[in-house]
Amino acid sequence: MFVLTLLLVFLAACGSSEPEVLRLATTTSTADSGLLEAILPEFEASHDARVDVVAVGTGQAIALGEAGDADVILVHARSREDAFLAAGHGTGRYDVMVNDFVIVGPADDPAGIQGMATTQEALTAVAAAEAIFASRGDDSGTHTKELQLWTAAGITPDPNSSWYKSLGQGMGDTLLFANETGAYTLTDRGTFLSMQANLPNLTIVVGGATIAENGDPALLNPYGVIPVNPDKGNINDELAQEFAEWLTSVDIQEKIGEYGREQFGQPLFYPDSEAWRNR
Amino acid sequence: MHILVQVFQNAVQLLFSFDPELWSIVALTLRVTGFALFFAMLIGIPIGAGLGLMGRIPAAGCLLPLIYTGMGLPPVVVGLCVYLLLSNQGPLGDWGWLFTPSAMILAQTVIALPLVVGLTLTAVRATDPMLHLQLRSLGATRVQLAWTVLRETRLGVVAAIVAAFGSIISEVGAVMLVGGNIQGETRVLTTAIVLETRRGNFALALALGIILLGLAFVTNLVLYGLQRRD
Repeated sequence: MFVLTLLLVFLAACGSSEPEVLRLATTTSTADSGLLEAILPEFEASHDARVDVVAVGTGQAIALGEAGDADVILVHARSREDAFLAAGHGTGRYDVMVNDFVIVGPADDPAGIQGMATTQEALTAVAAAEAIFASRGDDSGTHTKELQLWTAAGITPDPNSSWYKSLGQGMGDTLLFANETGAYTLTDRGTFLSMQANLPNLTIVVGGATIAENGDPALLNPYGVIPVNPDKGNINDELAQEFAEWLTSVDIQEKIGEYGREQFGQPLFYPDSEAWRNR
Repeated sequence: MHILVQVFQNAVQLLFSFDPELWSIVALTLRVTGFALFFAMLIGIPIGAGLGLMGRIPAAGCLLPLIYTGMGLPPVVVGLCVYLLLSNQGPLGDWGWLFTPSAMILAQTVIALPLVVGLTLTAVRATDPMLHLQLRSLGATRVQLAWTVLRETRLGVVAAIVAAFGSIISEVGAVMLVGGNIQGETRVLTTAIVLETRRGNFALALALGIILLGLAFVTNLVLYGLQRRD
């Protein structure tokens, strides 16, 4: 009888604490940098919820949102975010944080771009020297940004040329490729800093040592959070809205700004929500 | 449900658009898998036949489990080892093979080899020992003996080749690591499928999957024909 009671109590406990699930589709940079791991447990505890993180390229994260396979997306490709909203897939877009891109390359710098202030000059020099350039080539936020930078420089790189390598892989793989082959590549600063120990042949050639020293505004990389339109069905809209509100709140913004300071001597992301700017 | 139908329709359309890039991916896939299979057969069939014909395999208790484990080698582990071998800091870094089709062929050969050895060995051991005795008494040399037994066990050898082919043409972990999925250079069908899925281009990914299945089917049709031919 005692055992039975215990069992019932146990089962009842299981039933009542079954947490709600929030499906978050996001980019590899937020997951690989360790940021989500650092902040999400607090949300899970305070909202009695479990967050399932799907870390993919921005292209797939947006596709997951469009298909209703995610409740909320956290991505960084402004033009595509706007298109996502315009098509009615999301209920609103909220600024979350900013980091920046840098161009990294081999220390011997075959294209001679070290210290150039703008990517426009640097990419023009890379193309002129036909120095190897590794492109993500995967429709990710970083890839989208890279293509915009080439367009701004008035160059259309041919993926079948000998110097422009379109990999179709994640940021980490692309950095390892550049490290092995002596290639230049565009990366977000956070991923580069977190992997720098394994990339002995690469240094930052354009973008400066910190975000404050980055002289090219085109390299800023804003992240937005978008709750998916509940009309798609099976969307946990309430929790998604709460998540967006939580992520942009001053408390969490402060935590985002602290993340990475200890390990890398500088934050990997800078808080930039409306609430943070108006605090 | 209708999304699946739509994706499938797009896939079929893409198949018949005969995009040159698509066909270069198909050609590279066949080249890499073909060479890897060829090398695995060249090395693996003689080893398998040799071991199978031995009355008692030396250190069989250790060697056979080793071969059978090799038959299930995880491709990513093979890829990782080949990557470390060929990397700048690795012992074979000077070859400059990393992120080239040669590296992919090397990795797939390593994956296919234990399959070819193991299944050939099993097939040869299953033949009638009386046949070996008879052939020896007729004065056959070791090579003649092996050749005759292999012909006799054609079914098993073709099964070995089919299994090896199936495992490497559908393999993605190793070729992604050592090839790098470079457009126009090292992108094969499986790595292209991963990429297009990540990009959310499900129709294109499915079209590539259909081509991959088609290739495997045609190849197996040819191999099945070999098996039946007398």
